[in-house]
Amino acid sequence: MRALGIMLLVTGFVLSASAVSAQTGQLEVDNAWARATPGKSATGAAYVTIRSPTADKLVAVSSPVAKKAELHTMSMSGMVMKMRPIAGIDIPAGQAVTLQPGGTHIMLVGLAKPLQTGQAFPLTLTFEKAGSRTVNVAVEKIGAMGPTPAAQH
Amino acid sequence: MAGNSPGGAVGKSATGLSPRLLLVAALLAAFIILGSAAFLAVELHDNGKGVAGTMLGSAIGGPFTLVDQDGKTVTNTALEGKWLLVYFGYTHCPDACPTTLNNIALALHDLGAQRDEVRPVFITIDPDRDTPQVMKDYVTAFDAPILALTGTAAEVTQAAKNYRVYYAKHPEAGGDYSMDHTSVIYVMDPKGRFTASFTGEDAPKQIAERLKKLLT
Repeated sequence: MRALGIMLLVTGFVLSASAVSAQTGQLEVDNAWARATPGKSATGAAYVTIRSPTADKLVAVSSPVAKKAELHTMSMSGMVMKMRPIAGIDIPAGQAVTLQPGGTHIMLVGLAKPLQTGQAFPLTLTFEKAGSRTVNVAVEKIGAMGPTPAAQH
Repeated sequence: MAGNSPGGAVGKSATGLSPRLLLVAALLAAFIILGSAAFLAVELHDNGKGVAGTMLGSAIGGPFTLVDQDGKTVTNTALEGKWLLVYFGYTHCPDACPTTLNNIALALHDLGAQRDEVRPVFITIDPDRDTPQVMKDYVTAFDAPILALTGTAAEVTQAAKNYRVYYAKHPEAGGDYSMDHTSVIYVMDPKGRFTASFTGEDAPKQIAERLKKLLT
């Protein structure tokens, strides 16, 4: 009984310690990927996963490969597809926000060169509270629906 | 305006009923539209042979004269003899259009030998930017023999109208624009008759399974 008690205590301690480290951790951006762009298309889309221990808001994005980067939502109303710029993306505390095809994406406007599969480029995301994070974006195939498993952490 | 000030609460309760009623009415309307669209979709998907030859079948499709990626004039009648997967979109669309065209390419792979009986057709609803050369560069990036069509504004309007495709320019900051557009894959039989439809969200496997049934 006593051994069990100690084991539980230790387990509890380890669990809470890891929970604490996750709680006190910083805002993180990972799984950054983009789709290769077809032809000479100067428009691309990038996707990321954002986790933050405290509530925050993604307010701006930029990349040296594009004239500008914007946050866009894609929505279907009836059978009509609409794409609209949005001012920011709320990041709830402790909840991963994943941008993916068919939903919210980072739109890259005015690409200097087409994005080619296998390449990578830097993307800077600016948050209201956490400041800026620059991540390396892996370019996947044209119709890819997610990052290749190797790019995931 | 009043809604932003503390006094706004009073104004809100005085007029509170009408926005709420409006909301209810809008939700109801949306529900009915979604409901009938879903019903239509179910009808189309359940009937193994599709709607070709029915009243619904004749409501979609019709004549068009457009230009392909090599600058050649293409009419709807010239395309008869093959099954067509017709999708309206535009090349400056980074999210929905590549997903849909890639899904079509994957579905064609699943068809095996039957893929030769099917021709994907991508028609731009943004002819200002999508010249034949731009369309050519765009579609060659996909692993499928996509016929890419553009034309004058009037020609594109005519084609879209016949396919009941809605599209509109949505201006954005800095002079750019995006296009709102109906995102549906229309299946036309070898006689050019509307037979079935897919949405951009249908998985390649579903599309291939359905096409196999239609083609046999």
